[in-house]
Amino acid sequence: MNDSAPTAAPEAPGELARRLDDAGYLADDGLATAAFLALRMHRPLFLEGEAGVGKTSLARALAVVLDAPLIRLQCYEGVDAAQALYDWDFPRQLLHLRASEAAGVTDVDRLEHELYDRRFLLARPLLRALETSPSVLLVDEVDRADDEFEAFLLEVLSDFTISIPEIGTVRAQHPPVVVVTSNRTREVHDALKRRCLYHWLAHPSFEREVAVIRRHLPGVQDRLADDVARAVQRMRADDLLKPPGLAESIDWVTALAALGATELNAELAARTLGAVLKYQEDTDRVLGGVDELVAGGSGP
Amino acid sequence: MTGAAAPRDAVEVLVGFTRRLGDEGVVVSPGRVHAMLEALGELDAGSMRAVYWSGRVTLCASPEEVERYDRVFADYFSGHRPRPRVRVQLPEPTRPVAVPADPSGRSEDDDAAPPDRLATASRMEVLRHRDVAELGPDQRAEVHRFVSMLTPAALERVTRRMHPASSGRVDAHRTVRSMLRHGGEPAELRRHRQARRNRRLVFLVDVSGSMAPYADMTLRFAHAACRARPGTEVFTVGTRLTRITRELRGRDPQAALSAATAAVADWSGGTRLGDEVKEFLDRWGRRGTARGAVVVIASDGWERGDPALLGTQMERLARLARTVVWVNPHRGRAGYAPRTGGMRAALPHVDQLVAGHSVDAMQRLARLLAAQPAVGDAVDHA
Repeated sequence: MNDSAPTAAPEAPGELARRLDDAGYLADDGLATAAFLALRMHRPLFLEGEAGVGKTSLARALAVVLDAPLIRLQCYEGVDAAQALYDWDFPRQLLHLRASEAAGVTDVDRLEHELYDRRFLLARPLLRALETSPSVLLVDEVDRADDEFEAFLLEVLSDFTISIPEIGTVRAQHPPVVVVTSNRTREVHDALKRRCLYHWLAHPSFEREVAVIRRHLPGVQDRLADDVARAVQRMRADDLLKPPGLAESIDWVTALAALGATELNAELAARTLGAVLKYQEDTDRVLGGVDELVAGGSGP
Repeated sequence: MTGAAAPRDAVEVLVGFTRRLGDEGVVVSPGRVHAMLEALGELDAGSMRAVYWSGRVTLCASPEEVERYDRVFADYFSGHRPRPRVRVQLPEPTRPVAVPADPSGRSEDDDAAPPDRLATASRMEVLRHRDVAELGPDQRAEVHRFVSMLTPAALERVTRRMHPASSGRVDAHRTVRSMLRHGGEPAELRRHRQARRNRRLVFLVDVSGSMAPYADMTLRFAHAACRARPGTEVFTVGTRLTRITRELRGRDPQAALSAATAAVADWSGGTRLGDEVKEFLDRWGRRGTARGAVVVIASDGWERGDPALLGTQMERLARLARTVVWVNPHRGRAGYAPRTGGMRAALPHVDQLVAGHSVDAMQRLARLLAAQPAVGDAVDHA
């Protein structure tokens, strides 16, 4: 970061797509436009889609493009303000209190003021993101958190301020770039979605999938990438418990490449199926028709 | 609609577009329209692509809305005249649901304004074991009122969220905080324990022709469940899956059911249960709606499609849900045996098969749901 603004914001969706590509992320038209608008309008980007379609990776790539740190808040059931916003460092406060007592400090008001000083405050992801400018804040899998947390998140994301009773209001100098992801295991409240720019990420087309695999694993044979992409597309059309995502196809190609494969055949597929399918029922089902799965062809 | 014909004020055209979206059920607030215009300002406003994407990311909030958005967008900007909406035209009284809210002038009801539970209950004794299919409109209204008073709810589950409590594990945060308040002196220990939440209840109600006499009562039961526990999800199945949770949200059972009736397109069609359970699982169930939930399917199992498909889909459902309860109105008849193909395919994956033909059956169902783990051989699939 030099004298001028650290990294100029992109001027058009196309430029952002190019820069994301440099960062190792292939964004299609729609996603690039959505991300571009999020940057320009200072609104959170709400990414929804099946697991493994590249929601989290986008946040990482954006951080690289903007040359800003990525601050991640992983949501889970029961996540609350103390884990998302800030918390007081109680043990240190107590130590300070004891030390002051031992030193014979009698000014109670001053002591209390000292106790609630910024240095005793532990910044959790949301507060950290507001205090770090620029930054990319990733609120991952918000659908796992509960309604209480959603309401609270909406409040923070609406005006990018956090008020701490003992200290005052913390306001972001420049609002962080926010990416909120959801696997849709639960319908997230409309109010939160409507505060954001919404983008639904579908499974990639055959061509995109091949492109992404090649982009991630440059050393892999073209033939292998094609075969795997075709097989994975077929699996998605099949009625599986957990259809494989882009992340799984990359894992699969990595596994096959590690075995020295240059193309996919029934025997190799059967041996490495664990990289793509995560349910025994799915594995059984696919093994039943493994020959059709790897059969060559021009399309998926 | 002249959006494409004459170059008019862009804002006007867009507002017209958002109106059309509203007609299709995509809720568009003025704030969202503003956001769209702002987004459009950031893009190359002359291009159709810019219009499309600026609207899509600001006006939609779910893949279903994206689908509708695409349709309306294609329609509107190609200059087509809007098709008249089918939904509103549904003649309401064709459905058994649209029974008048108040049963025809009963003299004993006139003095007591709110329905008297006791009186209703005693009149109910006469009706409670009768099959609702054989009742007249008056008696049926009575039954409906009674069913609306039930409070079906599933059992609670333990969550990860901690709540202050008088006993339980020591809450370090609150304890230390209270110590600070007392100048660092160890004060009393504060405690907390894991909160409890209601397990989700999901209804799949068959509204096809063969279920017509019972669908109404079952939907009222589902409405009562929605009121008892927010978070309950209700879907109708028939020839296609319809989510009516939103429509059932109102307090008044009659109004809620009328809204639901309007939303369902396939009253009294045939049943393709297998396809619809699959659709439910693909779109809702797998993502979380069915996970750990108590799922109630109300159907007679007259499957028009392939029973084998229903079997595999029920197996998927059973793996996701905590308990699957199948309510079959014919179960209450003497000498009932699950003979229909669909019922036989589904049975191995059903935890409880219960009757659903009378008030008594509905009451039993409510009790069964509340007492889930203790009853029968309910297996934990979670």
